[in-house]
Amino acid sequence: MPRTAIIPIGPYHPLQEEPEFFKLHVEGETVVGLDIELGYNHRGIEKLSESKTFEQTVFLVERICGICSTSHPIACVQAIEDAGNIAVPERALYIRSLIGELERLHSHLLWLGLAGHFLGFNTVWMWVWRYREDLLDIMELLTGNRNHYAMMKPGGVRRDIRREDIPAVRKMLDGLKGPLALFRDAVAEDPVIHARLKDVGVLTRQEVIDYCALGPTARASGVAIDVRRDHPHAAYGLVEWDVCVEHNGDVFDKAVVRIREMFESVRIVAQCLDRLEVVGGPIDSNPKEIPPGEGIGHYEAPRGEVFHYVRSDGGNRPARHKVRAPSYMNVPTDRAAVLGGSVSDATIVLAAVDPCYCCTERMAALDASTGRRLMGAKELLRLSWEKTERLKRELGAEGPKLDLARTE
Amino acid sequence: MSFAVRALTRSLNVFHLGGSACNNCDIEILDALTPRYDVERFGLTLVGSVRHADLILLSGVFNTKAAIRARRIYEQAPKPVVVVAIGACACTGDIFRKSYNWDGPVDRYIPVDAYVAGCPPKPEAMLEAVVTLVKKLRGA
Ligand code: SF4
Repeated sequence: MPRTAIIPIGPYHPLQEEPEFFKLHVEGETVVGLDIELGYNHRGIEKLSESKTFEQTVFLVERICGICSTSHPIACVQAIEDAGNIAVPERALYIRSLIGELERLHSHLLWLGLAGHFLGFNTVWMWVWRYREDLLDIMELLTGNRNHYAMMKPGGVRRDIRREDIPAVRKMLDGLKGPLALFRDAVAEDPVIHARLKDVGVLTRQEVIDYCALGPTARASGVAIDVRRDHPHAAYGLVEWDVCVEHNGDVFDKAVVRIREMFESVRIVAQCLDRLEVVGGPIDSNPKEIPPGEGIGHYEAPRGEVFHYVRSDGGNRPARHKVRAPSYMNVPTDRAAVLGGSVSDATIVLAAVDPCYCCTERMAALDASTGRRLMGAKELLRLSWEKTERLKRELGAEGPKLDLARTE
Repeated sequence: MSFAVRALTRSLNVFHLGGSACNNCDIEILDALTPRYDVERFGLTLVGSVRHADLILLSGVFNTKAAIRARRIYEQAPKPVVVVAIGACACTGDIFRKSYNWDGPVDRYIPVDAYVAGCPPKPEAMLEAVVTLVKKLRGA
């Protein structure tokens, strides 16, 4: 019997949404098994929510995940509005979509940067994150904070978008188009990136359906689901945009879907800004109480559909609050994507669903059965980098060229 | 200034110990590395193992499962080591302090030298905490 080695990834990693512990079982270069262990990030949010008023609940769900910190609140307030039959003013709908799409942009940029890091293109990482900073500045201008925006409330939004701020947002969007095109071309044309990402970690259409995967993970495999279109909410029914679908289901297509989505987000934000200039009126319908009943809310977070269920018993607190986040459905697909592949691809495949699992800054808590060789995430990252270097030599290519003059 | 303090405060190796955070504090820590803030020009660098750490950044609440690991990691750090709690979660428990799975304040079992408030704190705030600490250690 060939010796099986275990590569532990996790449990902690500063870039992933939930600390998770992965055990990759490998034989030689091939991955033969994958164990996933959860629970390092359990904070009892659903139970906590029952002790908060409806308005406070929104702040709590915002802190489920820092990167999706407006997706959960939007889904949550929609569930509360559904339970209480609360109408939302039109202006508030546009503001919700605007903030939601800006968040998607920052989240996809973050992923792109990390994907570059995992492949050994740290320049890409640094440049992508540099452009992300401009977005965070706009967020600070519009909402008062770089990350937790606290914009949503049942019945509307908490802060209006001031007319004076709109030109700054437009300027930032225009500044972002150049870099986005640059990154799109870098991914589309570079032979090293093709060699690293094409036909790697393939998830077939059937597997996506079987695992109920969501978001870009599903859309890259030809499953055209997007709750923004299938279940219109906020302003998504009022603006023009397309669902981005690719068909191969490999890591390359997942990257392409995300990059194309960023262009769509830019489009949506621009239209929301146009509408905000003409649509006036209140931003909040100020609901006073939530009658007994139950409601659901969806939102297409950057990683897939977020689902919230709220039951009210007529008091000022939810009697029950249930949350389902997209990674819960997406993480198990790693099993289908990573098995049979080589170890040096595991890093990018596990990162492709977008919680990113392995990097150097993690803590090692292992239950190493004796006689088994242990390898850390650091070595794994190094393996990935070495493969890129080897391919660069074989292909005689340099890797993605960032022609920064083009972004000026 | 003793030899240990001089060696400790010259070029800090930072280890980031994330608990059950919402991730934002962690991302802001990484953000400090990227071109806008670029802390590496001051000689600060993130390291992958706690055994190389001069400075530990704690972020997030630590739940019952994570707290056990956090203690173990802290014990492995070479002393003296400086510990900074980043964000409301690590400082006070933030909105999660009533949670059944919260293991209690992290400074009950890890001695914390500085607290950076904010949810999440800006990278500037984290830098200021480190600068203040280093100055204090050097007695300047
Ligand atoms: S302090 Fe705020 S931003 Fe930081 S981990 Fe806690 S909830 Fe997230």
